[in-house]
Amino acid sequence: MNFFDLAYEYRSFFFSGLRYTLLLAVLGVCFGFVLGIIVSLLRMSKWRVLRFIASAWVEFLRGTPMLVQLFLIHYGLPEFGLEFSPIQSGAITLTINSSAYLAEIFRAGIQGVDRGQVEAARSLGMRQGMTMRYIVLPQALKNVLPAIGNEFITIIKESSIVSMIGVADLLFQARTITTITYEGLSPLVVIAVMYFVLTFTLSKLLGMVERRLNTDDRH
Amino acid sequence: MIAINGLQKHFGKLEILKGIDLEIKQGEVVVVIGPSGSGKSTFLRCLNLLEVPTGGSITFEGQSITDKKHDINVTREKMGMVFQQFNLFPHKSVLENIMLAPVKVKKVASAEAERIAMDLLRTVGLEDKRDAYPAQLSGGQKQRIAIARALAMQPHVMLFDEPTSALDPEMVGEVLEVMKKLAEQGMTMVIVTHEMGFAREVGDRILFMDGGYIIEQGTPAEVFGHPRHARTKDFLSKVL
Repeated sequence: MNFFDLAYEYRSFFFSGLRYTLLLAVLGVCFGFVLGIIVSLLRMSKWRVLRFIASAWVEFLRGTPMLVQLFLIHYGLPEFGLEFSPIQSGAITLTINSSAYLAEIFRAGIQGVDRGQVEAARSLGMRQGMTMRYIVLPQALKNVLPAIGNEFITIIKESSIVSMIGVADLLFQARTITTITYEGLSPLVVIAVMYFVLTFTLSKLLGMVERRLNTDDRH
Repeated sequence: MIAINGLQKHFGKLEILKGIDLEIKQGEVVVVIGPSGSGKSTFLRCLNLLEVPTGGSITFEGQSITDKKHDINVTREKMGMVFQQFNLFPHKSVLENIMLAPVKVKKVASAEAERIAMDLLRTVGLEDKRDAYPAQLSGGQKQRIAIARALAMQPHVMLFDEPTSALDPEMVGEVLEVMKKLAEQGMTMVIVTHEMGFAREVGDRILFMDGGYIIEQGTPAEVFGHPRHARTKDFLSKVL
């Protein structure tokens, strides 16, 4: 069976896999984004305990393989009575893992905003939270947008590890098709193309957003 | 209006302010001059607690703002500040820069805030720049917007931290003009500057600072005309 026939015949497998891949990537990115902001703020907290917890979080998640983290959550936590479905475990792993990388990106972004910006906002009577929200974060996020984009692309690709615990994502479906058709190569080539189209489109979109933001305020 | 007693500021072992006593009256224009590193800017930044003093006290309109229980944010609403580097918000338009604090901090309705902002833009002569972004403005224009932004909170006192030091020479005049207008309207102002001509013309009182102390103070005629202290004479002979 040639490549295109296979892609067409098993299209429902591929699209179903694509749905799970996208679902997990979107969940991981969205929750990871929010959690990452929180972790980055904790890392810059006044309180040493919070700083320590946030640093430990980042270091542990960056210093251990994501596959090991996935297995710990999916097979390890049930020993403590915490059981998750494969999709939940996958979403949690992608979230906490991206939160660690994004937290570092945000921290760099926040620290890169000129101190004078904070002083100007505070001198106008804006409180710390307000200053963060209206002045520092918008500038920080704009500055680190390319880095955030890279992290999103990484998450899409890395989400393929969830096939190891039985989530029917793209990689899982490719292997299913192999067991049906005995075709080893073609299903993998199809999903490789699909992954590439996803990440390439995203990278082009982010490039457009970046240019839009830059025309608003050039320094 | 502002009473300062025994104000001290140390950065680690480095003593910047070694004990400042000063009383600033309503409507007074106080100009602080002195060599670099004399503590002028630090002194000004202590007034709204951008630098937290290590000793002494500051009372503003009868309230001790150096008291740990005092909420400094409330006082900062009444103290406008203008910075050497302008510090406009680059991601916001001119109008948004001016309206942000009134709307978010004072909860002024946005139509009312816009009216105030447009009035101020006319005062500083930049009403046509309302939709521009800071990056599209010249230094002098930026600083005039920064003054308008501080005034939008309707402060009782304005603090100026070397407002013309980062400007090209041809733009200094337009900023000083705005400040002069403000002084004529009776605004209480504390100004750190190297513009001696302006200090002489607009100041009600000149403070000469050196080495963390106020060495000498008086009317412009006294300080510029008949400086008593050797260090004041020395400084003035170099800058005039």
